[in-house]
Amino acid sequence: MQESDAGVQGMQETVNKNPESRIPNPESRILLHTTAEDHHIARMAAVALGLTLLEGAIPSPLPGVKPGLANIVTLIVLARYGWRTAAWVSLLRVFAGSLLFGNFLTPGFFLGLSGALLSLLVLALAQHLPTRWFGPVSHSVYAAFAHIAGQMAVVYLWLIPHAGIAYLIPIFATAALVFGTVNGLIAARFMDNANNGICSRGGAEKIK
Amino acid sequence: MLRHIKSGDWLTLVSGSICVVLVTLTLWSGELADKAVIRSGGKVYREVSLGRDQKIDVPGPLGVSVIAIENRRARIASDPSPRQYCVRQGWLQQAGEIALCLPNQVSVELVGSHKRYDSLNY
Repeated sequence: MQESDAGVQGMQETVNKNPESRIPNPESRILLHTTAEDHHIARMAAVALGLTLLEGAIPSPLPGVKPGLANIVTLIVLARYGWRTAAWVSLLRVFAGSLLFGNFLTPGFFLGLSGALLSLLVLALAQHLPTRWFGPVSHSVYAAFAHIAGQMAVVYLWLIPHAGIAYLIPIFATAALVFGTVNGLIAARFMDNANNGICSRGGAEKIK
Repeated sequence: MLRHIKSGDWLTLVSGSICVVLVTLTLWSGELADKAVIRSGGKVYREVSLGRDQKIDVPGPLGVSVIAIENRRARIASDPSPRQYCVRQGWLQQAGEIALCLPNQVSVELVGSHKRYDSLNY
């Protein structure tokens, strides 16, 4: 991916006609050159953030047990555009989301970050599984287990270094299995619909 | 919906379910020690949860035995008995483990959610 470079544009060529411009020092404007891919990634990260926001409306029985709907976006991006793009989208979602929701550098942020990092590592391996037998459901389940493993590690090593958290592991493992499967199914269904929608122009039959 | 799950996916789901069941059975089976039962003179002196680190003084005929609870383990930290067998026993970690100070008639036993032995006499 092309790196976006920040360049300071000189102002000599631009004429500021309004002497009382509200820009305090127009000469120090910084322009970021973005590519279409940057916009694409940003758009997908924004969709993931929107899903996170929607998911906030669903009450959770236990803090940390969340459906993780934003991971559907990560799964689809992984299947369609590869791991690097998926990593960008996922980490952008964690960082930008934490800034947006005011969580940056809180323990919750580090939990989300550790979960995202470990699940991305596992996805880097899982994406090489033969696609004839393994689909987004597998990727999602593996990534979900890696996610809770990363979070449990952070909790045990930093937040609650107490063996009592072992009582929580079965709950999180069950939630990871269930929600991982659900997210994988939603991602697979979405990609199927998208493929059918794009590839079939009238008269195509759904293959059962 | 089920056609989205390929054969490898079924393998993942089944092995994931087995892992979850094993983890649940291991961690929730009651073999994890929950509390320490401290007995003095044959009667239960106190039942203490292992959740909090603390030191407990237990009086006995010879003096005071100090029981230390730390990081979900328990041990007899000090005891006025001559040979210090119970102190030398070290940390008790699993449910069912027990340390006795016979001279001072103090014992500490780790207990999980179900009892390992119906009764112990000593």
